[in-house]
Amino acid sequence: MKDTVRQLILGWLPALILVAGAGNAMAADSGWDFSGNTALQLRGFAQDALWPEQNSSDAEVSVSGEWEVRWRSDDGDQRASFIPFARWDENDEERTHLDLREAYWAYEGDPFELLVGINKVFWGVTESVHLVDIINQTDLVEDIDQEDKLGQPMVNLAVQQDWGLITLYVLPYFRERTFPGLDGRFRAPLPVDWDDADYESGAKDKHVDMALRYSHYFGDVDVGLYYFHGTSREPRLLLADNGRELKPFYDQIDQVGLDLQYTQDAWLWKLEAILRDGFDETFMASVAGFEYTFYQVNESDADIGVLLEYQYDERSSQEPLTTADNDVFAGVRWSLNDAQDTAVLAGVVVDKKTSETFFNLEAERRFGDSVFLELRLRAITNSEQDEPLYSFSRDDYIQLQLSRYF
Amino acid sequence: MTQLQIFGATVLSVVSLLGALPAFSQTPEEKGFDVAARSDRSDRGFGDSEAEMTMVLRNAAGQESSRSMYFSTLEIPDESVGDKSLVLFSTPKDIEGTALLSHAKILDPDDQWLYLPALKRVKRISSKNKSGPFVGSEFAFEDFTASELNKFSYKYLREEPCGDLQCDVVERYPRYENSGYTKQISWVDTTEYQIRKIEFYDRRDSLLKELVFEDYRKYDDKFWRAHRLSMKNLQTNKSTDLVYGEYKFGVGLTDNDFVKGRLSRLR
Repeated sequence: MKDTVRQLILGWLPALILVAGAGNAMAADSGWDFSGNTALQLRGFAQDALWPEQNSSDAEVSVSGEWEVRWRSDDGDQRASFIPFARWDENDEERTHLDLREAYWAYEGDPFELLVGINKVFWGVTESVHLVDIINQTDLVEDIDQEDKLGQPMVNLAVQQDWGLITLYVLPYFRERTFPGLDGRFRAPLPVDWDDADYESGAKDKHVDMALRYSHYFGDVDVGLYYFHGTSREPRLLLADNGRELKPFYDQIDQVGLDLQYTQDAWLWKLEAILRDGFDETFMASVAGFEYTFYQVNESDADIGVLLEYQYDERSSQEPLTTADNDVFAGVRWSLNDAQDTAVLAGVVVDKKTSETFFNLEAERRFGDSVFLELRLRAITNSEQDEPLYSFSRDDYIQLQLSRYF
Repeated sequence: MTQLQIFGATVLSVVSLLGALPAFSQTPEEKGFDVAARSDRSDRGFGDSEAEMTMVLRNAAGQESSRSMYFSTLEIPDESVGDKSLVLFSTPKDIEGTALLSHAKILDPDDQWLYLPALKRVKRISSKNKSGPFVGSEFAFEDFTASELNKFSYKYLREEPCGDLQCDVVERYPRYENSGYTKQISWVDTTEYQIRKIEFYDRRDSLLKELVFEDYRKYDDKFWRAHRLSMKNLQTNKSTDLVYGEYKFGVGLTDNDFVKGRLSRLR
């Protein structure tokens, strides 16, 4: 059955892509703009899965699509966006999912903007971990790098002044983190029953979260500072009553976050830090480091960037689990600066105490005008049974993703 | 010709000679600066502008790829501060929404922010990379941002015909750091004071690239804009053409349109 499905997908996907690609005739300067992409993703795993109920297949096929509808009024003051995302995965039914990444209306005055609806917001400067980024929930089934996010319902007011940008977020509805299902890779010994979460707040996922942020730059220094009050985006995972599942528990937290970047010559010096009043303590965490770029290496057009970051987190084991507690990240970014935007980023994160090591390689290149190919290699070594990445230690994989943009 | 006419012609030529005398006492450096300043100031007062642009990249084998983007500029009248500019990409589709915001300085490094729409991330980037290629093209970053008068020192070379026009030929030397050029030679016409051609000399002082400005059109009876810029790399035989659509002036852009906080609100 599964093979039939796979053949069907592989056989029909090009046709589907062509149909989707036919809808790109809309001019960009009219009120409406339609775009998006469809992608075929292949994963190959190096080892058999660690946990018995996980799918035994060493290959995984999945297909995703993101469709973007944008509108702007004639006077330019109003705009709207509607971006649904869907993925179908042959092995993990939890990874087969649908989300609204954006669905908002915004009114722009001078010097303010009001946005109502679902949107995505990113804060931060570092590369190896996104510590201060908090508005959107992680769509963990998409990628373990936590860079894929679920759309967050919000009312957002932004006011621009000479002395900086002030943004206020009122977040009336909480999104639960997605987790792989029983069949899926990248999971703990027990699967997470993620859509049946418990909350500290009696209002559960209707608790109204708030955030206030200031951001600006002073010469070579860019700074962002915020206060967040509401439901933690990171759950604690507790054993469910039936003993066969983990249940997420979302605490109420207060968090202050700071991001700083000092840009000097070819150096980017970066710092992110948070102070969180969490479940049973107040703790701080930070990540700091630099990126230095050698431009036009050997008189070519290519740049090579060297990255080094140190991750520190003083939270106790009572708090949601983190891997970035005492780790060093070292990486290299190679950008060819060619017409195809070819780029490679390779890095390792090593835990200073346990030597647990996470290796990551990402390479990308455009073919023609609208086909984009991405390669990812991820591996975990030196992981012992009591360490946080042990559950994923036999999930080393290679991923190829072919996307067609329209 | 009557005596009077001869007398008149003599007087005129003496007067014009006298009028030209201060120019003779000018050094080539001063005259070069004056030509560049006259050209730069012919554009003064444009306020703000917007235009769509298509970039056609051609490799040595003649294979083409293209990118389209939308350019907006805010004039900062003070010659000791640079203009502000914003580039928003619309194709290739995988980088649609990517934007580059620049606050140009004269001799200090420019302030630049890059917006990456997939992550919705704003990144302050180093502007040391003056001589690197701009999005894979034959244009370097500095070819876009270094149009400010005081970013160069100048030397007048000669006057010569350039197409149907006469041109002042002026050598200019980057005064800012990290330029990939030892010098540039510019051809500026003597009628409208617009740049018609630039030759770029690399760090070894050999001819690297040639940029030709074509399809000049006049807006608001004052402001000239070239609508086709053709850059040819003479060492690699690669080339890049920039083809501009109609410019719009006086759009009402302000400083608030050129801040990093706006980058996520452009589409």
